[in-house]
Amino acid sequence: MIPARRPVQRPADARLLVVDRRGAIVDTTRAALMDHLRPGDLVVANDAATLPASLHGIHQPSGSPIEVRLAGRASLAREDLRFSAVVFGAGDWRTRTEDRPAPPQLADGDRLALGPLVATVEALLGHPRLIALRFADDPDAVWAGIARHGRPIQYAYMEQALALWDVWTPIAAQPVAFEPPSAGFALDWRTLGEMRRRGVDFATLTLAAGISSTGDAELDARLPLDEPYRISRAAAAAIQRTKARRGRIVAVGTTVVRALEHAGAHSGTVVAGERLANQRIEAHTRLRIVDAILSGTHEPQESHYELLRAFQDDATLARVTVALEARGYRSHEFGDSVLVERRDRRTAMVA
Amino acid sequence: MNPLRVVITGGTSGLGLALVREFRRRGASVAFVARSARAVQEVARQTETHGIVADVARKEDIHRIALQVTAALAGVDVLINNASSLGPTSLALLADTECEELELALATNVLGPFRLTKALLGALGGAAREGRGAVVLNVSSDAAVNAYEKWGAYGASKAALRHMSAIWAAELAAEGVRFLSLDPGDMDTPLHALAVPDADRTTLKRPEAAARELADAVEAELVKEPA
Repeated sequence: MIPARRPVQRPADARLLVVDRRGAIVDTTRAALMDHLRPGDLVVANDAATLPASLHGIHQPSGSPIEVRLAGRASLAREDLRFSAVVFGAGDWRTRTEDRPAPPQLADGDRLALGPLVATVEALLGHPRLIALRFADDPDAVWAGIARHGRPIQYAYMEQALALWDVWTPIAAQPVAFEPPSAGFALDWRTLGEMRRRGVDFATLTLAAGISSTGDAELDARLPLDEPYRISRAAAAAIQRTKARRGRIVAVGTTVVRALEHAGAHSGTVVAGERLANQRIEAHTRLRIVDAILSGTHEPQESHYELLRAFQDDATLARVTVALEARGYRSHEFGDSVLVERRDRRTAMVA
Repeated sequence: MNPLRVVITGGTSGLGLALVREFRRRGASVAFVARSARAVQEVARQTETHGIVADVARKEDIHRIALQVTAALAGVDVLINNASSLGPTSLALLADTECEELELALATNVLGPFRLTKALLGALGGAAREGRGAVVLNVSSDAAVNAYEKWGAYGASKAALRHMSAIWAAELAAEGVRFLSLDPGDMDTPLHALAVPDADRTTLKRPEAAARELADAVEAELVKEPA
C-alpha cells in the first residue's frame, strides 16, 4: 500500500473497504460509512488524547544525546509518573527507526535531562532499548514539561513534523495515549450527529494506546505492551443495552477491541472500571463482545493485522489485502479505513 | 458524584480569580490558565488549584492547555472562557485602532475560546455522556450588543464570541454540551481600570458578587434536563 504522508485526518477522498460476516467485500468511500451501520448498533471509540511522547535530551552519565519515546504506563492516574519507554540514540523521526543509532548504554539510576524534565532510569526491561523511567517532580510540573517539551511520536514516512492537533482525534479527552488511536480520526461531530439521527448509539472508553513500532524486530514482537483502560458505567450500560436488543458492537480501532474483550473476558459482560489490558488478540481468540471493527488498513506483518485474524479467516483477509492493494488504499494512521465484521460462526463451520 | 471539574481562563485577576475562589468554595476541582508564571504559582498555591502558564491567544498553547487541564482534572465538566483583551489601551476610536490591536482582541476573545472549546470538546462530550452535564460559559459584555464609541475592538470581538456561543449551543445541544454567554456587568477589575482609569470604583460591582451569579448560572445549567 501507499503510505499516507500528510496529516489530514479526514481527506475528502478517503476510502472504506467493508467486509461483512460472510466475507463479502465492498469497496466504498468513508463518507458512506453510515450506510454500513444499522439502527440499534453501538459505535464505541477510544477517547484517549495523544501525549507528545517523544522527548529529546541528554543521557547525563555519558553526555550523549538520547530520544525517549514514552510507550506505556501501568495506570491512568495523573500521579503515576513511571513509564516504560523505548530509547534511541542521536537523530529524530526523519531517520527510519530501523536505521537509528543505538542509545548510550543505560543503567539503573541513570539520569536523563529531557528539556525541563528530569527522569531517572528505574529498570532495564530485558532489552537495551526498553526501559522503565520515573519523573521526579510534582505531577502538574511533569505534565507541563511534557506538554511543552514533548513532540508527537512519528515515523519517517511523514513529510513534516506533526503538531499535537494533528494527532488528537475530534473526540480526544484524556491525554494518556502514546500514539494516536487513529481509527478515531474518521469520526467528526457531523458523523456523531448523523449516527444519533439514524438510531446508532455512541459510547467512548479510554485506553492508553501504546507505541506501534520500535524499529527492532525483537522489541516489536513484544507489542502491544500492557495498556491501562477505563470503561465508564454509562459505556458499560450502553453495551449491555445493545447486546440485549441484539445490536452490533462496532469498535473504532484495535484499542477498543482490546479493552472490551479484556473487560468482557470472564463473564461475557463488559464491567465498568479501570484495569490493565494484557492480552493478545490473535486468530484463535474468541471475540465475546465486539461484532465489527472500524480500523486503518494493515499489512500482514503488523500486530494490528494479527488482531483482524480474530474477525475473519486467513483466506478472506488475503482477499482483503489484494483488494486494498488493487484499489490503491493508503496505509498508516492518516490512511484509508476498513470496516470488518466478525465472521459468522455458523457460516464458518459450514465452510 | 465526584467534584465538579472546572477550567477557567484568565484566572489570576479580576473576575477569573473570583471565579477560581468561588468554585473552590463550592468544592470543585479547578484548573486555571494565565500568562504570568509568578501569578499562576501564587494563585495555585493559595487556592489549592492547578495553575497553567499559557496564553489563550497563542495557537501553539491551546493543546498544551487542554493536555494539562485534562491530566490535572481527569476530565472537564465546565469550561469558562474568561480571559479577555481590550484591544487598544487606552481605548481608541476604530479609525485610530491599529489592525494588530484588533487582531489581538480577536485572538484572545474569539479564536482562543473557539480553539480551547474545540480542544476540550471530547472531554466535555464525555462528561455529558456520563451524565455529569457539561457547560461552556463564555464571559460576555454589554459591549457585545451596544455600539459604545471607542470600544470597537473589544465590542466587535465580544459580539463575535456571543454569536459563536449561540451557534455552538444550537449545534451541540443534542450532545448534551450546553453553552452560556453571560454579561457579568461593570466590575471593579484590572481590565475595567485599564479601560476607564478615572471610573468611580464605588459604583462598580465587586467581581466576587459577579462570580457567585455566574457560578449559580453554571450549576443551574448543569442540572437542567436534556433538551
